[in-house]
Amino acid sequence: MRNLMVAGGILALMVWSYVGTEFSLRELLGGESAIQMLAYVRKLFPPDLSTQFLLKTGYWALETFAMSFLGTILAILIACSLVFLSSRNLMFAGLLFDMERSRPWVRVLRTLLCFSAKAVLNLLRTIPHLVWALILVFAVGLGPFPGMLALGIHTGGVLGRLFGEVIENVEVQPIEALQATGAGRLQILFYGILPQVLPECVAYTLYRWEVNIREAVILGYVGAGGLGQQIQIAISLFLEHRLLTLILAIYLIVTAVDALSAYLRSRMA
Amino acid sequence: MQSRHSVAPVSLTLPARRHSTFRIVWSILFILTFLGSYRLAQVKPLLLLEPEGRRNIRTFVTGMFPPDLSWEFVSLLGRPIIETIQLSLMGTFMAIVIGLPLGLLATRSLTFTGILNEWEIVDSRPSVFLLRKGTYLLARAILSLFRTIPEFVWAFMFVRAVGLGPFPGVLAIGISYGGMLGKVYSEILEHVNPGPLEALQTTGASRVTVLFYGLLPQALPNLVSYTLYRWECAIRASTILGFVGAGGIGQQLEISMRMFNFNQVLTLVAILFVMVAGVDTLSARIRHAILDRSVD
Repeated sequence: MRNLMVAGGILALMVWSYVGTEFSLRELLGGESAIQMLAYVRKLFPPDLSTQFLLKTGYWALETFAMSFLGTILAILIACSLVFLSSRNLMFAGLLFDMERSRPWVRVLRTLLCFSAKAVLNLLRTIPHLVWALILVFAVGLGPFPGMLALGIHTGGVLGRLFGEVIENVEVQPIEALQATGAGRLQILFYGILPQVLPECVAYTLYRWEVNIREAVILGYVGAGGLGQQIQIAISLFLEHRLLTLILAIYLIVTAVDALSAYLRSRMA
Repeated sequence: MQSRHSVAPVSLTLPARRHSTFRIVWSILFILTFLGSYRLAQVKPLLLLEPEGRRNIRTFVTGMFPPDLSWEFVSLLGRPIIETIQLSLMGTFMAIVIGLPLGLLATRSLTFTGILNEWEIVDSRPSVFLLRKGTYLLARAILSLFRTIPEFVWAFMFVRAVGLGPFPGVLAIGISYGGMLGKVYSEILEHVNPGPLEALQTTGASRVTVLFYGLLPQALPNLVSYTLYRWECAIRASTILGFVGAGGIGQQLEISMRMFNFNQVLTLVAILFVMVAGVDTLSARIRHAILDRSVD
């Protein structure tokens, strides 16, 4: 009975969205749209493989790579500067503060600091990177620099949240042991918490880098340089042969970054 | 007691820190990449402090307040919001339709290795084996092509090919998320416990029966959970697909941005925030419920 209800609900959602998005299976499998798509695909071939254009494409690919790389580093800086403030077990709750009998207003202050750090991270994270890029292009002009900033700010929010979750779920026994030896809070952070969370944080960062190389491509659309900007130009000016070259370049660079990140993660683990 | 005293300490000093070649090589590479990228990305932090940049940021921030909550603007948004949700749902359905069959073909343990095929491979012709392995490699290649091209670029091309509206958006999400789902589905399926599959096979069950009664029931909670997670991502993606004319709330966002109506931008960003946060919590709840139930 319950399964039936779930199935019915899913079916209803499907019909609702099918109608709402003007989706048409017939169009897709042989109607007008299918013909248009085939015609478009045919126009893409052959890719523009002239040396001059290949060299330029290589440069744009490197620009995109640079944007994702620096963006990820900026994100680490942002995340690390906020994550300790936003972790509840480092700021006011849990084992580290069980024994504390200090003035209540200190505790209130800490709690407030923690929640405001969390709020900042949420703000950075929920505004899509494309909107950040639009704002920053408006502020500092065109080019990969605003793209890198946009990636860094948005990803900083994401990493801050992920790191925070890792830190809040840390094993308590080592901390307890350190505390029993009379270690201070800073010592506990460096010898009890960081060694535990570091591998996971590095893995998350590498994973976000994989995401960022894709997003760096997207950001070019609003004027943040790299392959994305050229794709926008190629699509708008109907330069389909060049478009295919650029798409191949995206495929190569994304695959390369994925492989590199997977290799590094396997070495870390 | 005596024996404990007789054991000599392994070393009186701490072991010297070993700098493995791995670390050195990667550190040098990292620094070089950083410097190269720094030049290439034309990083000029001072730009943020220049009077013009500051003025632009101030215009932007002051322009955002107060947010535009006038009825004629807000009433415009109902349709795009619903469209965004429908777009993400239909896109996810399409991604399942694309990802599941390709994912099954790209599952190593199903197509050419492991228990299901062991017995067969021993006395089958090599051509059959090559055919199976070829199918597997082809499926993986298609999946990787689908998922490496960002959905935004797919949407851009589909808008060119079939015109404006949510339809190209659905196609874009369907294709690129189909690629991701297919890959993760195959990974989940390759990691199921092979015991039940073996048991089924000894009863003489066919491959399809093994798939439906051995493989899928084991993997289902994980498959559903990952699909829901992808739906969350699809909501995020469909909010920005509107930038290239693929429907949804992103289209409105782009218009407001281009017209410098920053107070409308704030309203839209707030709506995005609520939508994304709502979907996140909803999907997290469902996923917890599913995974908890499967543990029992």
